Amino acid sequence: MKRLLPLYAVAVYAFFYLPLATLAVFSFNASRFTLWEGFSWRWYAAAFADAQLIEATWNSLVIAVVATAVSTAIGTLCAYGLWKRGSAPLTGSLYLSLVTPEIVMGIALLAFFQWVFRFLGIQLGLHTVILAHVAFSIAYVVVVVLARLRTMDAALEEAALDLGATEWQAFRKVTLPMIGPGVAAAAMLAFTVSFDDYVITSMVAGVDSETLPMVIYAMARRGANPVVNSISTMIVVALGVMVLVSERLRET
Amino acid sequence: MNRLRNAFLAPAWVVFTLLFFAPLAVIAAYSLATRGTYGGVSAPASLESWVRLADPLYLVILLRSFALAGVATFICLLLGFPLALFIARAGARRNLYLQLVIVPFWTSFLVRTYAWMFLLRETGLVNSALMALGLTREPLPLLYNNGAVILGLVYGYLPFMVLPLYATLERMDRALLEAAADLGARSWSALWRVVIPLSAPGIRAGSVLVFIPCLGAYLTPDLMGGGKTIMIGNLVQNQFTTARDWPFGSALSLALMVIVMVLLMALVRRGGEEGML
Repeated sequence: MKRLLPLYAVAVYAFFYLPLATLAVFSFNASRFTLWEGFSWRWYAAAFADAQLIEATWNSLVIAVVATAVSTAIGTLCAYGLWKRGSAPLTGSLYLSLVTPEIVMGIALLAFFQWVFRFLGIQLGLHTVILAHVAFSIAYVVVVVLARLRTMDAALEEAALDLGATEWQAFRKVTLPMIGPGVAAAAMLAFTVSFDDYVITSMVAGVDSETLPMVIYAMARRGANPVVNSISTMIVVALGVMVLVSERLRET
Repeated sequence: MNRLRNAFLAPAWVVFTLLFFAPLAVIAAYSLATRGTYGGVSAPASLESWVRLADPLYLVILLRSFALAGVATFICLLLGFPLALFIARAGARRNLYLQLVIVPFWTSFLVRTYAWMFLLRETGLVNSALMALGLTREPLPLLYNNGAVILGLVYGYLPFMVLPLYATLERMDRALLEAAADLGARSWSALWRVVIPLSAPGIRAGSVLVFIPCLGAYLTPDLMGGGKTIMIGNLVQNQFTTARDWPFGSALSLALMVIVMVLLMALVRRGGEEGML
């Protein structure tokens, strides 16, 4: 078994990485077809020349940045509150939101927005996508920040309070700086899940708020298109680096 | 101490109430309405949508979803257990090996699904290679079937199996293994009789955490099944788009939520939710 186990592990890791690696290699293929004809940047050039892709990327970035900022703030405060004293209903809600099927969350938000907007006269758009992303990314932030808080010594904050700090000062000057790396890790994770989301986004997006995953989805469904290979490779590399940094921050 | 804490929890409560519970309440109400002519809902209230869940036409889809999710979960267990065991015994390198599992997992679900489409479609790499080598004349139908959907689900959710398994295995008391060895157990027999029974909590947690997203999957059956292998998630989406039957789509969604909640509660009851993320 000692010899078999590493072999097995290598096979499973290959299963994880080979599809992505193959995609990356063929994103540099000179040919439009899936037989190697030589190295070329043409599909990267094509991706950057595609106005629809650029606009969708821009939309995705705006959504992800705003949703990340809001959900990181709310999620960090929430994690701190839960660290002080747990709340079964809130923890339950967090877990429930993590396991709710995306399609259910998507149609529920769609039905809700349409119902509310009937009275307000607002349309679906970037704002509805941002609201939806805030809703589903808070739980990720709370999980990461709470894990970080649990490694912290509560006595430090008590010392600050004993020395005359207010509750807010103790949080702001003592605890927050110490959980900083955890908060940054959480923000990166929130950014990743927001930037990548397709299912919920496609339900609550308006005509002017097409995101990058929506364009990729449409391209993937239409059939073979090497531009998808190059854009996919760029996404994997960018998000991969971000996740790696996030993981490292969680360890420090 | 409590005022600051309550103030800190308030924004999260507001978001969850407005953007999670209120939308669920809306579809709960919709599930009891009559379908509108052009989508949406209208009066009068009726239980018809709930009754239709038992229609054989839809029961087939429900059963298929359970079957596909079940098979995918079992394959994840077969692939994930040895990997988790390997990582747990890797000593100083275990964090690195663990990260190798986690990083691709967070890296774009859509792109990872597309990667398999790129490999498996008729003009994809596998078929191109097979034909270039003369092993087959016609492209093989590798995509758009149950097998492809299961593959996509396994690829998508395997880390959910590995992480809780690793958490259990890593905590396992080495002395028990040594005792088994001292008493004459060979490594395989120690695995069967000691390690696997002791990892029951991890197996349980991993299985539930994989089964839940597989059951509610939408993107994987949509892309890898190509509309031929429909699961509950696709049926839900369909009711809100082409079929324009919001009440039935709402009832389906809630039924799915109830199943998910029952599974989650069963897991939390047995204390297996740790290591969830």
